[in-house]
Amino acid sequence: MADKNTILLNGKPVAIETEKNLLEVIRKANIELPTFCYHSELSVYGACRLCIVEIEGMGIVTSCSIKAAPGMVVQTHTERLRKMRRIYLELLLANHHQTCTTCVKSSMCKLQSLAAQMGVTQVRFQSKTGHQSIDSSNPSLVRDPNKCILCGDCVRACEELQGIGAIDFAHRGAATTVVPAFGKELKQVDCVYCGLCANVCPTGAITPKSEIDAVWSALGNPEKVVAAQIAPAVRVALGEMFDLQAGQVTTGKIVAALKMLGFNKVYDTSFAADLTVLEETSEFLARKTQGKNLPQFTSCCPAWVKFAEQYLPDLLGHLSSCRSPQQMFGSLAKRTLPEQLKIRPKDLFVVSIMPCTAKKFEAHRPEFQTESVPDVDAVLTTQELGQMIQQAGIRFKDLTPESMDMPMGFKTGAGVIFGASGGVTEAVLRYAAEKLTHVKNETAEFTEVRGLEGVREQTLCLGEVTLKIAIVHGLRNAGGLAEAIAKGEKHYDFIEVMACPGGCISGAGQPVTFDRQTRALRAEGLYNTDKTLELHTAQDNPYLQKCYRETLGEIGGKTAHAWLHTKYRNRKRYEDTGFTVSDNGSPQKLQVCVCVGTSCYVRGAQKLLEQMLGHVKKTGLDEIAEVRTTFCFEQCDRGPTVRIGNTVIHKCTFEQARQELQKQTAMVKTQA
Amino acid sequence: MITEKINLQLVKDEFNQTLSRIKRRVVICAGTGCVANGALDVYQALVELLSARGLDIAVELKAEIQATVYVSKSGCQGFCQAGPLVTIEPEGFLFCKVRTGDISDIVEQAIIGGRPVERLLYQHPMSGQTYSKQDEIPFYKLQNRYVIGDCGVLNPEDISEYVARGGYESARRAFQAMTAEAVCEEILASGLRGRGGGGFSTGKKWKLTLAQPSGKKYVICNGDEGDPGAFMDRSLMEGNPHRVIEGMMIAARAIGADEGYIYVRAEYPLAVERIRKAVEDAERAGLLGDNVFESGLSFRISVMEGAGAFVCGEETAMIASIEGHRGMPRPKPPFPAQSGLWGKPTVINNVETLATVPLIISQGSSAYRTMGTEGSPGTKTFALTGHVANTGLIEVPFGTTLREIIFEIGGGVTDRFGNLDADGFKAVQIGGPSGGCLTAAALDMPLDFESVKGIGAMIGSGGLVVMNQDTCIIQIARFFMQFTQNESCGKCVPCREGTKQMLAMLDDIIEGRADEGTLSLLEDLAEAVQLGSLCGLGKTASNPVISTLRYFREEYLAHVQQKRCPTGQCRALAQPEILAAMCKGCGACVKKCPVGAITGEKRQPHVLSAGVCVKCGSCVQVCKFNAIVGV
Repeated sequence: MADKNTILLNGKPVAIETEKNLLEVIRKANIELPTFCYHSELSVYGACRLCIVEIEGMGIVTSCSIKAAPGMVVQTHTERLRKMRRIYLELLLANHHQTCTTCVKSSMCKLQSLAAQMGVTQVRFQSKTGHQSIDSSNPSLVRDPNKCILCGDCVRACEELQGIGAIDFAHRGAATTVVPAFGKELKQVDCVYCGLCANVCPTGAITPKSEIDAVWSALGNPEKVVAAQIAPAVRVALGEMFDLQAGQVTTGKIVAALKMLGFNKVYDTSFAADLTVLEETSEFLARKTQGKNLPQFTSCCPAWVKFAEQYLPDLLGHLSSCRSPQQMFGSLAKRTLPEQLKIRPKDLFVVSIMPCTAKKFEAHRPEFQTESVPDVDAVLTTQELGQMIQQAGIRFKDLTPESMDMPMGFKTGAGVIFGASGGVTEAVLRYAAEKLTHVKNETAEFTEVRGLEGVREQTLCLGEVTLKIAIVHGLRNAGGLAEAIAKGEKHYDFIEVMACPGGCISGAGQPVTFDRQTRALRAEGLYNTDKTLELHTAQDNPYLQKCYRETLGEIGGKTAHAWLHTKYRNRKRYEDTGFTVSDNGSPQKLQVCVCVGTSCYVRGAQKLLEQMLGHVKKTGLDEIAEVRTTFCFEQCDRGPTVRIGNTVIHKCTFEQARQELQKQTAMVKTQA
Repeated sequence: MITEKINLQLVKDEFNQTLSRIKRRVVICAGTGCVANGALDVYQALVELLSARGLDIAVELKAEIQATVYVSKSGCQGFCQAGPLVTIEPEGFLFCKVRTGDISDIVEQAIIGGRPVERLLYQHPMSGQTYSKQDEIPFYKLQNRYVIGDCGVLNPEDISEYVARGGYESARRAFQAMTAEAVCEEILASGLRGRGGGGFSTGKKWKLTLAQPSGKKYVICNGDEGDPGAFMDRSLMEGNPHRVIEGMMIAARAIGADEGYIYVRAEYPLAVERIRKAVEDAERAGLLGDNVFESGLSFRISVMEGAGAFVCGEETAMIASIEGHRGMPRPKPPFPAQSGLWGKPTVINNVETLATVPLIISQGSSAYRTMGTEGSPGTKTFALTGHVANTGLIEVPFGTTLREIIFEIGGGVTDRFGNLDADGFKAVQIGGPSGGCLTAAALDMPLDFESVKGIGAMIGSGGLVVMNQDTCIIQIARFFMQFTQNESCGKCVPCREGTKQMLAMLDDIIEGRADEGTLSLLEDLAEAVQLGSLCGLGKTASNPVISTLRYFREEYLAHVQQKRCPTGQCRALAQPEILAAMCKGCGACVKKCPVGAITGEKRQPHVLSAGVCVKCGSCVQVCKFNAIVGV
């Protein structure tokens, strides 16, 4: 019998330490039990059944769902277990569109690699027939249900880490699928495009949407001058696709590769991040002085911005009005580069290389377009850049590093650490400290804000000012914090929010990895870059200083505002007209009640509501009629339902509602 | 809600006093089977005729009534085959298959005259003997209707009648005269095991939950019965809802819960209605709510309707469903006793288990142990169906043999025309889709949890489907596999994908596409699904396949090797042929054949072209000379 607090694993004692479950103990002992549905950050699901083990006295159990207990006698690869694992993989493959050679996830697919590892050389079961439609309606993500193995990782990531639940299981048994509500497309639901689903997806069922073709075509167009900006997190991850260690900084190689691909200019998003630091800090210090709109939330993360627009409209005034570094770069590039490079504005094509899928959505936002021309023309993920390098046959590993183009290729360490959770805060503090203490400290570090925990709090004294700061990653954490603030339970001055765990370094556009060490290595790479750079504080960036002097004027000034700041919109589905379920609304006005219950909503009540709102406003009827939303007339099969005065109209069209309104308002007017 | 605490003795005395004024009681079975056959029309017609005849009748027992005839509806009396059933008390006459046209005879002869209506009495199909009283009929005589007996007698909507028959006395004892530990010990000593399928010791479950250090605990009554053809729990909920509530109260007392849920499937509207009414009545009587039986303890019950998912009968899926999530099971441990509803210690018991509890408390565990076997004490209800003369709901002590159930209570096996066939028995599927198919070799084995498990089946919730010689065993396996595949929640790989593939393989066998390789793959897969699935549904999904492969291997081999179905049920394997010696050349089949597969001269033996034939079998039906065989 094994000692106290050890298990006997395949005959060898292994100590139980602080592991959450038996699977972790087994993995600690260098046995990589296969799993699809186990992620240390998500709840235990127990569905893929691959981590099964045989435990004496208990039989076959999944090691993810059981705690290791002292004295457990565990076998991990008996003949029976191997046979069962193989059957499960065969079953999954039979229900999977096996177009592996042409799949974007090929060679990065866990199903593919596990099948090979477990010796699956044939699928003895009947293959799936039929084809489910692919959802590629949004700018960021592609959902291919034909490749889904229903491990539920995406569902749990979206719900548990981001608190959104944009996708979930529907139907039962063999008909089970993962879909947005009512089988809609992702763009029609509350998806914030963070891509965490794609990040955890073991197969090609959810993948970042590729813009490679658009970029190739711009590169091939002799009239276009193609300029790239590289986000901080890209440089510590791209190497992974070319057998380099995670966290290894490859900035110079990336520049070389981009030039070989045909990019005319290569700049650094970190330059724009430095710019963000100056704008955002000055905005923050002004708010702090005036005591207005605090806490200030960061606005670099586009998934967080959309999340806030959807769920926290009351807090939108608290978001920094700064555009993200990607968009600051785009704006500055489109406004200054044509003159600098002596080209026609329409010939400039700006490509950003991002670790993120939400950045694709962000670049499409109308706020960031000038006369329908986007400031950023295309967004490539780190993965996509890697694929382009592969397509061109470039031996990335062997490239001689090259340097970025100036001026926007120059950055300080402050702009580089943006890629890790806590980085934006630290960069802001490095500038704020100088402003508040009036002491120049070029190597100031604020290591206390670094870390990997989901919610971190710090109180700092800078000069005579005390700053209460929170750093959050994961939108569920952010939502929770916002709620506590709204309730008055928590008070902060500054809050950094990143959607992805660990910040941009683990964004959904980064090379696929299921290795748990990767995140820490990438963060380390960024902080090491900061150390090796000449400058560490954004305010010391000489090219930025020049830019303000010659182009932008004052920090936070008029031009800076027009070019570098933005506005947010309330994306809440219903206008804040409130719900009424009774007739006791304001008795003076004629009530136009549109049911926005679920059934009516899917039958088009939202559009009807908007039309009625517009109609009432346009025709000046808002003096005597009031459009209100109501919740469920319980005539769900006959929706959309609208009640005008005491008349209830089922299956209501805008025309019917308009006529009834006209009839009743005419009566009201006559009576008046 | 303002409640008045009920005085059980007072209610009992009052009810009995009222009942004593009644000369004759007519009980009409309003179980689902009888209702489907027109029991409610019979009830209506009876009430009308009795009124028209000027008799003093009551349809509800109230203290002030002065009626001489009391007409009431009961829950299921079990003998569904013979419904609608009408019982006349005090004589105990049982009238079968009663139609509205029979009412006047019942009124004149039985109610007024006190004589049975001969033609409505049960007649034994083999002996031809008629029986005037219910308890003399072999179907009833051989049963021990310990738990379901009251269902067929009392008015389920009348709390007073339940109380008058000793109802809520056990709950009172548990709350007033017993400690929580003592209740657990009593149930443990009785050896009661969960009737939902698993057969886990109820006492152990309760003790485990009692031991959990938590201020909040829950009791859940599992009424999500869903096995095809099973209706034991339904009958109890419809016929004796207060017994279920009382069982829950005792369970709550035993574990220290103050809240309970009854999870009833929405497809049981009558059960939902009756349970809801019973909960309301119990609340009004002060039996549920605060300070139950002056104990200072509270207990409240909510009724929750399931939404049609079979898997929600699995306890962790049920918890998820009550919490408002998708009904999918989660891995155990932790067990619900440790972390159940809303993360709190929870006891989940099946309806039948809970309905047994008050009886054990009132009669004592040793009395309970006199029924059944050492390891499986007490009785078990079964839904007896299939090729058997008497289908219906039965209850027998554990240890009864299948032979007794099928041939004595069930009255024997019937052939495809419904006639008794002494040699007709082929197999019996016990335990529904999770159970297994047993052969004649198992007929004399005393039934209990262990013995059935030992031969690859399970007691399950109590489905018993009898099959005659004309049944293709592979089609039976397919039927249950289809069910499980539809009802799999879709969470774990072996169950979701495995059941689908097993179904496809069974189809291959039935349709002649399989070979021996299919059988060995089917066996491997069945084992992988059984050993590796997440919940009980998946773990038992293979049982029909495994047990039929074990006991009917020859039949499988005939399908895959010779492409022949020994029972002739698998149409795709049919090899139709016209026997020239028998064919008179009448041409009837030629006219009927939809694809023109039959040709021949008038009055000459016809010929069937196998290549053209679609094996629809319509020629066989029109041939008067039995000349066409093999379809």
